[in-house]
Amino acid sequence: MIAILDYGSGNIRSAQRAFEKTKHQVIVTSDYQEAAGADGLVVPGVGAFGSCMKALLKIDGDKIIKERQQEKKKTLGICVGMQILFETSDELLDGESIKGLGIFPGKVVRLEAPVIPHMGFNEVQVDESSKLFQGIEKERFYFVHSYAAKDPVDGANSYCDYGGGFLAAIESQTVSAVQFHPEKSGAAGLALIENWASGL
Amino acid sequence: MSLATRIIPCLDVKDGRVVKGINFLDLVDAGDPVEMAQIYNNEGADEITFLDITASSQGRSTTLEVVRRSADQLFIPLTVGGGISSTDDVNQLLRAGADKVSINTAALKRPELINEISESFGSQVLVISIDAKRSRSSSGFEVTTHGGSISTGIDALDWIKEAIERGVGEILLNSMDTDGTRAGYDLELIRLVRAISPVPIIASGGAGDISDFAKALESGADALLAASVFHFGIYRISDIKRDLDRKGFTVRQGNQIGQN
Repeated sequence: MIAILDYGSGNIRSAQRAFEKTKHQVIVTSDYQEAAGADGLVVPGVGAFGSCMKALLKIDGDKIIKERQQEKKKTLGICVGMQILFETSDELLDGESIKGLGIFPGKVVRLEAPVIPHMGFNEVQVDESSKLFQGIEKERFYFVHSYAAKDPVDGANSYCDYGGGFLAAIESQTVSAVQFHPEKSGAAGLALIENWASGL
Repeated sequence: MSLATRIIPCLDVKDGRVVKGINFLDLVDAGDPVEMAQIYNNEGADEITFLDITASSQGRSTTLEVVRRSADQLFIPLTVGGGISSTDDVNQLLRAGADKVSINTAALKRPELINEISESFGSQVLVISIDAKRSRSSSGFEVTTHGGSISTGIDALDWIKEAIERGVGEILLNSMDTDGTRAGYDLELIRLVRAISPVPIIASGGAGDISDFAKALESGADALLAASVFHFGIYRISDIKRDLDRKGFTVRQGNQIGQN
């Protein structure tokens, strides 16, 4: 079973439908036990880093994700759901810097390009050891964000370039994450979701 | 490695039905926005926009149903515009499966709405739709409403600057002078807005000839929206992408995977 963590507003219906295309049963939940116990957990994320973190903490999402990591259960972060896995972000909330989960070291920084947000389909320089991108190495994925992580993690690091390189996807033993939206990246995105789900 | 230009077909939807004529013969139901969106998706559209021109509140719940059905089948971004005047409206649409919303008149009436939406959901969900028209205004363009028929007296560039400061993530730039003419996008308008806008610009209004799309990109647009050239089957999305590719612009070759 795949659980999609519901901890705020935004479009998670598309994510739900996209993950339902795999052979797994999909639930959308904010319940601790359901989210902690699922074979796979998807952590979506929209809006600002700080407000996302605050909403996540309200449902003990930090504990859920860390408990899963210890128990070697797989988690996939999407967009801001990737960013919050790092220590902190340049994106402030009411002038304040907000702490992330710190599962991966490093800081999420603002992209340096003439046009921000980075919005649309872009290519990914796929890590040779990547499992997520198997068979879809040359495809484009849909990005919409103004901040991104840049410090490589212990695992597979795949990069995108927009006013400089940044992490498009990271894959560690249990926690993986993508800065783009696989549920909005057409057939390529659905293939990536299938790759992740088949490893559960 | 570079970002692909987005090609965005726009569908006018009223009471859950597509309003403008559609010229594809292989449609089961030519009036169903979801089926139309699906066809555009298969043809390589990079996003879809629904413009809801429904007046009644009953019709609006029909729109939500259309958005829900789209999200069930469509795995590319969906923007919904028309009649949005509160964060509640936005929340309902996002929950139903929209990725972005576009606002127009409601933001002119109450500019704080821009701050409220971007603070609640992030600026990436918010598109400001501007109906610009040539006038004696300081930039040469003013903002209009009601399809260009009513002047607001607000200078288009001033309004765009304010909207960006308040937190919009993208500008849908409609030229009321070229809209429906198929005489080409208003390139001067695009150039003026590009000079002041750090957020993406979607050019809209006037696409007719296949060369119009590249010209809008050369003038500074990031994405290209069109309605009638697609609906009437004058060009397929793939025709436009082929032309852009030939001229050196980056495009996404849509959805080859899994389609044997």
